[in-house]
Amino acid sequence: MASSSTPKYNSNSLESSSGKRTLKDGTNWEQNEEIPRLPGETRVTDKDVIYMCPFNGPVKGRVYITNYRLYLRSVENDPVVVLNVPLGVISRIEKMGGASSRGENSYGLDITCKDMRNLRFALKQEGHSRRDIFEVLTKYAFPQSHNLLFFAFANEEKFSENGWMVYNPMSEYRRQGLPNERWRVTFINEHYGLCDTYPSLLVVPYNATDDDLKKVAAFRSRNRIPVLSWIHPETQAVIMRCSQPLVGMSGKRNKDDERYLDIIREANGQISKLTIYDARPNVNAVANKATGGGYESEDAYPNAELFFLDIHNIHVMRESLKKLKDIVYPNVEESHWLSSLESTHWLEHIKLVLTGAIQVADKVSSGRSSVLVHCSDGWDRTAQLTSLAMLMLDSYYRTIEGFEVLVQKEWISFGHKFASRIGHGDKNHADADRSPIFLQFIDCVWQMSKQFPTAFEFNEQFLITILDHLYSCRFGTFLYNSEFLREKEKVTEKTLSLWSLINSEKSKYTNPFYTKELNRALYPVASMRHLELWVNYYIRWNPRIRQQQPNPVEQRYMELLALRDDYIRRLEELQITNSSKISSSSASSASPSQMVSHLQTHF
Amino acid sequence: LSLQEIHIKEPIEKEVNPRLLPGELLLCEASTVYKYIQEDGSNRGTYGKLVCTNFKIAFLDDDSASDDNEPQFKNKIVGENDITLQCVDQIYGVYDEKKKLLTGQLRKYPEKLIIYCKDLRVFHFCLRYTKEEEVKRIVSGIVHHSQTPKLLKRLFLFSYASAAPNNTDGRNQTVMFDTLEDWHNELERTKGNVKYKVVTTNEGYRVSEKLPLYFVVPICLSEESILKYEGRVIPIWCWSCHNGAALLKMSAFPKEQDDSTAQMQKAFLDGIYKTISKPPYELLKMDDLSSSLPSLQDIQTAYTRFKQLFLIDNSTDFWATDVKWFSLLESTNWLEIIRRVLKKAIEVAECLERQHTNVLLIEESATDLCCVISSLVQVMMDSHSRTKSGFQSLIQKEWVAGGHGFLDRCNHLHKSDKEEAPVFLLLLNCVWQLVQQYPPAFEFTETYLTVLSDSLYVPIFSTFFFNSQHQKDTNTSGESLKTQSGPFRFLTVWDWSVQFDPKAQAFLNNPLYAEKPKPDKSQRKTARFKHQRQLSLPLTQTKPSTKRGFFREETDHLIKNILGKRIGKFINSSDEPPNSFREFYDSWHSKPVDYHGLLLPRIDGPEIKVWAQRYLRWIPEAQLHGGGTIATAAKILDLMEEVQSLQVKMDEEHSQAV
Repeated sequence: MASSSTPKYNSNSLESSSGKRTLKDGTNWEQNEEIPRLPGETRVTDKDVIYMCPFNGPVKGRVYITNYRLYLRSVENDPVVVLNVPLGVISRIEKMGGASSRGENSYGLDITCKDMRNLRFALKQEGHSRRDIFEVLTKYAFPQSHNLLFFAFANEEKFSENGWMVYNPMSEYRRQGLPNERWRVTFINEHYGLCDTYPSLLVVPYNATDDDLKKVAAFRSRNRIPVLSWIHPETQAVIMRCSQPLVGMSGKRNKDDERYLDIIREANGQISKLTIYDARPNVNAVANKATGGGYESEDAYPNAELFFLDIHNIHVMRESLKKLKDIVYPNVEESHWLSSLESTHWLEHIKLVLTGAIQVADKVSSGRSSVLVHCSDGWDRTAQLTSLAMLMLDSYYRTIEGFEVLVQKEWISFGHKFASRIGHGDKNHADADRSPIFLQFIDCVWQMSKQFPTAFEFNEQFLITILDHLYSCRFGTFLYNSEFLREKEKVTEKTLSLWSLINSEKSKYTNPFYTKELNRALYPVASMRHLELWVNYYIRWNPRIRQQQPNPVEQRYMELLALRDDYIRRLEELQITNSSKISSSSASSASPSQMVSHLQTHF
Repeated sequence: LSLQEIHIKEPIEKEVNPRLLPGELLLCEASTVYKYIQEDGSNRGTYGKLVCTNFKIAFLDDDSASDDNEPQFKNKIVGENDITLQCVDQIYGVYDEKKKLLTGQLRKYPEKLIIYCKDLRVFHFCLRYTKEEEVKRIVSGIVHHSQTPKLLKRLFLFSYASAAPNNTDGRNQTVMFDTLEDWHNELERTKGNVKYKVVTTNEGYRVSEKLPLYFVVPICLSEESILKYEGRVIPIWCWSCHNGAALLKMSAFPKEQDDSTAQMQKAFLDGIYKTISKPPYELLKMDDLSSSLPSLQDIQTAYTRFKQLFLIDNSTDFWATDVKWFSLLESTNWLEIIRRVLKKAIEVAECLERQHTNVLLIEESATDLCCVISSLVQVMMDSHSRTKSGFQSLIQKEWVAGGHGFLDRCNHLHKSDKEEAPVFLLLLNCVWQLVQQYPPAFEFTETYLTVLSDSLYVPIFSTFFFNSQHQKDTNTSGESLKTQSGPFRFLTVWDWSVQFDPKAQAFLNNPLYAEKPKPDKSQRKTARFKHQRQLSLPLTQTKPSTKRGFFREETDHLIKNILGKRIGKFINSSDEPPNSFREFYDSWHSKPVDYHGLLLPRIDGPEIKVWAQRYLRWIPEAQLHGGGTIATAAKILDLMEEVQSLQVKMDEEHSQAV
């Protein structure tokens, strides 16, 4: 039976590798059996260990380490326990116990992962058995710290789709109806001379010259000038993104920046004020003046209205996720679950991000006003807000391909510092630059898809797959901090795109309930009453909590869809046979009612 | 009552008349009442007429032309602006911006009326533009008819039944458990008939007015012992598991007793337990629910706090409480009670399924928590209870025939607040957790549960408006009341066509229900086969009992308990390993789900959720326009319809072809 060979505790969520795995029960186990391997993946070492499973107790097994993954297979358990962990998810490796430690299983390795789990392996104390495995792991988990390349550069997988072709900035702007008589495409940043964290192609007001842009850049943190992210097809109101103005303690002003913002406002033919959303809490924005930053004052920008959205910085988010992990891993807080969850503030932050994005979207759509969004540098909270607002306003981004474009555009090309936030291949686990900003964005998307289960073409698996490969380093998609660096490293030439994997097997990531709706704005309810902890992601390692996969309702619905298509096909056949007056009763042997009972669905 | 009041009319206005049901009388009304639309906390709203009948309070929009956009899902009996008198929870008057609870006689009349409903709707009516006379009449009318104690016969149920006698045969597929045959069939269905029998001892309510006319007891129990203490401390059968183990319930002796009575009772109990612990009966485990579960008072307190979180006056309140939402929820303790009840049901299931022991649930009256636990256990263990008719039959068996005091627990007659406790709602909340965790296992949807909970307050069905079968019987005959023509033929709530047209009824059925495979399919081992096997070998099935003096000890405990010395739980007592529950739970969850087999709820913190459909549906701020679970439900229904029409077309083509 198929079900009996399913591992009881299968930590593998990287689907494509698990698909090839054929599981054997304990008796058929052979020491030299191949482990799943990607083209370009090479075996480095293996060792007998005891996996200290936090849920099922110690598990004897053999661990294999390749240049891509850590793979463990139990030797005694039935069903077989399997761990399949890309080394990229490893954040920290620690030795536990010393050569003289007493107590059973007290000597070994403790591995902290970026995806909400820890792995503990106990080893034999004799002969420093731990040293070489520790060294191998450290080397391959943190290639950047060892002058090695990411696995993505060794990966030789082949896919039917080329994910690098998904996003072409020019065609995306054309889809939005740009350039037009008010907005132009500029190549001023072609060689990243204006701003090295921006993409090469930018859309700016027609009435602003490249010279103007250069002057504005001088007044914006890291030269991240206001540029267009999205234009409303009807109101022509736009979403602009940028970094904070360099106001500083003395309250500096910049005529060019002031004029530029006015040009933006006028581009929409708008008489009312330009709305500026500063994602930060008011006090943080003020505090930023001390380091030369700040916000647009009313005096300097009389035609703009500024709102603070009270979203906290990367450090607060990191601490919040840490607290969340404390209450869900390895064990879910037993008593007072709800107040514990509340005290992590994780969902509260989600609420604030969503609330901010709703405000942005509503202003552009119902308020018919152009908006300017920034935080400090304009690559974390700003990316969250613009991309979520775009997701609410533009149904294209709710398709699989559209979402890929959105991530590619608002996050990857506009310099969200993936390398720093995730710490790809970097051993410095305590780096203050790390923060789950992108995870938080994906969580917001999940919350929206949960509230509107028919509005998104992609399913939960799509979002989880994106997050898995955010860490895995199997694809080049999320590597490096900016387009400039990615070009330098020739990422598109030398690595594969995550979208290749996804688009080659789209059906797996498709939400069967998706209903295409054009031009419908989608506003989630940013209330704690509707926000939920994403259990299938944050608590997926816990076999007690894990929900049935695939989702049974989705699956049954898909069966029904297949049945409908079959009926349509057979009906056509029947009509053809009938119309040609050949009454052949043997055309189809199974009667429709038999088909229905086969599906076992209640009518 | 006062028919003159019907003639008081507002001549100036365009006539808007309430739609009245048979037997429904207009009692009072007021014009130019302004009903606020909560949405933005502003003063937007509509003018209309507020009326009060012997059935409901209704607001009639002056602009009744807006009927064009009729909702897809509509109740035929109770409209969106109708509040049945039993559905009114609390009424507040607003005087100079201050809210005051309105009860009994009023001296001053408010400028605003706020009605909180038991189905969690909130209505705000402004009376500032209404004539003073009408204000007085409508406010005191509403308060009087909805908040003051009532006689049973004054329930609309009776007016309705005499004006519109029920001519349907009433026998849809739901088993009502009011006949001997129904119980026989149930025993046969569960193969309980080997060791248990239906008794007719209670015909004419000779034994007790609290017990149903017919009930099931162990075969070896004598009529004499049933009669001895009016059916108290008699183990009454609820259900038999496929392995022969049975779920039983028992009402305990009242506590305070003098010594000699206590001695006699102890001896009696001893006798009973001796008989039912011998083979063929399985080992017996007891669970005193009054000590192992929260009290009815705790449940009532928790729910009162919980529901308050959803009775929201305006937008400002909604957002002001939002950030602290989780801790507010937790402080009500309602979800924790649901968790504990589910956990208890799993414990009982473990005893029945894995330990092959009989489980005896004990409670003072055996009509409250016993009903919750026994129903839940059956929903979890018997896939028949997860079909619509099976679930309805279960409610009939355990609650309606079982004598749950719906009238008192819902406080329908406003007789005593002390008796009020949302016991039945607690069951629905627990079942909802299962439905949302395992949707394909249920033939019904969460919408079904929601409308069932709403039906608790619709007094045209007899189902939830009596305390016992005896009470219903004596009030149905009509003999006692000369003015009324009897016997009454009441409607049952299970006739869903009374409330919903077919289109709306479609939302009650789960189109993705994984129907049970036909038993004639070879290879498949179904529960039915197990039953048959057991039937042929009833005696070898049971394990040898009493090997460690188990029974003796338990009885002593029980007797001590019943005589007032409370001790801890019986289930999970020292006798078994402490982890047996966890082990059972974990091992079940590590296997793929069989939608027709045992179903255990997940009870970890994140898994116990708020029944959003029931509790959030009337809060404008929380509405998901075009979204929510109903969006998928609608899609599934559409596809179902399409498949069905294709099927019809194919059949047509087939017949043409032949």
